[in-house]
Amino acid sequence: MSTAPAIELKGISKAFGPVQANKDISIRVMPGTIHGIIGENGAGKSTLMSILYGFYKADSGEIFINGKKTDIPDSQAAINAGIGMVFQHFKLVQNFTVLENVVLGAEDSALLGPSLARARGELKRLAAEYELSVDPDALIDDIGVGMQQRVEILKALYRQADILILDEPTGVLTPAEADHLFRILENLRAEGKTIILITHKLREIIEITDTVSVMRRGEMTATVKTAETSPPELAELMVGRKVLLRVKKTPAQPGEKIVEVRDLNVVDDKGVHRVKGVSFDIRAGEILGIAGVAGNGQSELLEVLGGYEKATGSIRMRGEEIDLTGSRSDGQSRRRRGIAHVPEDRQREGLIMDFHAWENVAFGYHADPAYQSGMFMNNAAIREATAEKMKRFDVRPPDPNLSAKSFSGGNQQKIVLAREIERNPDLLLVGQPTRGVDIGAIEFIHQRIVELRDEGKAILLVSVELDEILGLADRIAVMFDGQIMGERLPGETDEKELGLLMAGITDTEREHSLAEVEAQLAHTSGRAGKEA
Amino acid sequence: MERMPKWADVVLIPLISLLLAAILSALVILAIGESPVEALKLMVSGALGSTYGWGYTLYYATNFIFTGLCVAIAFHARMFNIGGEGQALLGGLGVAIVLLYIPWPHWTIALIAAIVAAGAFGAAWAAIPAYLQAKRGSHIVITTIMFNFIAAALLNWALVGPLKAPGQEPATSSFPEATHLPTLGDVFGVFGIEWSHAAPANVSFFIAILACFALWALIWRTRLGYEIRAFGHSEPAARYAGISPTRIIMIAMLISGALAGCMAINNVQGEAERLVLNAAEGAGFIGIAVALMGRSHPFGVFLAAVLFGFLYQGGAELALWMNIQRELIVVIQALVILFTGALDNMIRMPLEKLFVAAGRQPPAPDRKSTSAEGAQ
Repeated sequence: MSTAPAIELKGISKAFGPVQANKDISIRVMPGTIHGIIGENGAGKSTLMSILYGFYKADSGEIFINGKKTDIPDSQAAINAGIGMVFQHFKLVQNFTVLENVVLGAEDSALLGPSLARARGELKRLAAEYELSVDPDALIDDIGVGMQQRVEILKALYRQADILILDEPTGVLTPAEADHLFRILENLRAEGKTIILITHKLREIIEITDTVSVMRRGEMTATVKTAETSPPELAELMVGRKVLLRVKKTPAQPGEKIVEVRDLNVVDDKGVHRVKGVSFDIRAGEILGIAGVAGNGQSELLEVLGGYEKATGSIRMRGEEIDLTGSRSDGQSRRRRGIAHVPEDRQREGLIMDFHAWENVAFGYHADPAYQSGMFMNNAAIREATAEKMKRFDVRPPDPNLSAKSFSGGNQQKIVLAREIERNPDLLLVGQPTRGVDIGAIEFIHQRIVELRDEGKAILLVSVELDEILGLADRIAVMFDGQIMGERLPGETDEKELGLLMAGITDTEREHSLAEVEAQLAHTSGRAGKEA
Repeated sequence: MERMPKWADVVLIPLISLLLAAILSALVILAIGESPVEALKLMVSGALGSTYGWGYTLYYATNFIFTGLCVAIAFHARMFNIGGEGQALLGGLGVAIVLLYIPWPHWTIALIAAIVAAGAFGAAWAAIPAYLQAKRGSHIVITTIMFNFIAAALLNWALVGPLKAPGQEPATSSFPEATHLPTLGDVFGVFGIEWSHAAPANVSFFIAILACFALWALIWRTRLGYEIRAFGHSEPAARYAGISPTRIIMIAMLISGALAGCMAINNVQGEAERLVLNAAEGAGFIGIAVALMGRSHPFGVFLAAVLFGFLYQGGAELALWMNIQRELIVVIQALVILFTGALDNMIRMPLEKLFVAAGRQPPAPDRKSTSAEGAQ
């Protein structure tokens, strides 16, 4: 007799207004397997999992857990059915200990003592069984992201989850931590747990899953055995056409020195030292990639260069000093000096979501004489310029009168890129150019950045995606804890070495155990916490 | 894809809100044993049935246009200026000082001087909370409320002290004859149109209309307006674009305060022709409702101000001719504010769903009155 699938979804549909987020989706996941769900942003992955976890109610369709038809009206029902979820953004109480977080919501009685004691024993057992060791008495505030994620997994296991859903779990991890997470998942699978892994990283799917489902525009386009597929095939299934996974580029032809950054230091409002003595040069016609786990000073570095964070040190553009404080240090004066900036968070900074596309195309350049007529703004000229830029950057739909929020992530990013690149800057700052952007648009954006480089511009690329850095950059600097840990050439390094640098370990020749990486990370995260 | 056609946003929603408020008001009137139909008839005839009624309606409306614009421009910079009342009081003080101590040959020059003084005093009163917000992060709602009280106290002091006219009343003496503004009756008389001379509406009404146009152009057509709106929508984005938050907060609040101050040319110079205690009579607060209902758009503010002018004048008639106490009129006005302002989303959300469900495509966005939001 064949066993029943751990999860079976039959004909799940869900619409939000006119948007069909899930269309007649059916999957079967056998117990003791890791099932990947891959798809572009907005493909409906998260909606599907939210239905499974009881956040949304499906318009139609049925859920079977271990062969039994189950109604999941809320997350408590999901937990009772043995489903655990690890969210992309952790749901932990920062000033509680690990133990308190694990017990929270699953206390046995009004008195906490017995629950905590039981949890302590249980954590010890789970730690031994799955390599899930954490210090039960550490405050969440004081432990790194990788550890926090482990706490989330422990929370689910403590609630006796047999089915674990992980939503983009590696987004915040260093490669070493991600490797360890995968080992944990393998251990869990060996113990018969069922795991659903939601990700947009093809490599992870190939590395760890047994089967994979591809979603596109709310539909499940394919479910295949991982062993029988390949990254290009999956990418094609996601996008619906063949895509170039790695941009084609010729070796850089570096010219004159465009920007010279020396001993840059940033101390933020809370007194935390965010950037510590950073120095680098970028020449015309080259891309300097800055790798690092999010929150290690890259954002502040971009903000300083972009003119909206104060710093000490010096920045020279073509040999001329740039003001780092005072009234002549703002976004407008930076733009006049030939620095264009595609910010990391386009929805928060790069665009005004409620403004029309044409208003956004003037954003930051709204003082441009070409956009004025007398005392008024020349809205007609801006609209016209927008229409042209939209055409050249293939923004869809090419309607300048739509508000920014009505475009997809990729098209929003194209609007920002069009605005900044078409200014013909000497230096282009690019932060996370493809975050939340679909694969098809990624290809386009990468090509544009390389084209700009080939026109002889200097480009500073900040990205947490190592693949992106390795694929685009001509030189790679790794930031950790506000410092540049080292510089490497993409042809002479690999993810493993960069991963160690990202964890602050510079003697990359030697073998390092995960414990060392963790100790290093815990050390700095604790320090940052105290400084804050 | 936009969510809802423009016309539904700016016309349909206020109308539904108004209708609900009217129904509820009718029930209240019914409950105290009066006829809602009679009450409505009386309100309409009292406020709109004669040029005398219109004269009062437009007089109130003029006050509300100024205070409504005051709140609206601050909304565009995502600030809640509750201090319109105090700024209007200070505007009155400015008008009184300028008109009492400087001899003006003609009302036109006096009016210009009064506008400058009212604007400057109102702006100055808004400048302090604005500075505290921009530099020290003191919340503008709290500081502007407190400044209302300080303004009232200051006026109190001035009217029993240095500015007090001889006699029992805490008020200034009347402004000189030459500074009196022509009423709408005088103005229309020039063109041979019959209009009541007894009602207080005066040339300030036209200044208010001009202010609407000027503010519309400022918000939607100038670089400053663009920067104010950008800042109002997203402060991080404004910083990224090199728009200084301090500058925008200061400028937006100065304009806001100046507009509230300018109300004084209507109620102080135009109507009372002297400065009395509590001259603003709550118009600063009505301005909040007017700006909310007008979706912070100058033309919306104009329409909402006329509506509230109607409610004020119609309400006064009710109190006069029916067995409905003055307090109940306040209840009816409060219902309108409640539905058009506070409960806006109650109507908006279901309506939005309805439109989305109907799958209707919006018509081409209206280029003149681009999204009049910012009041969320």
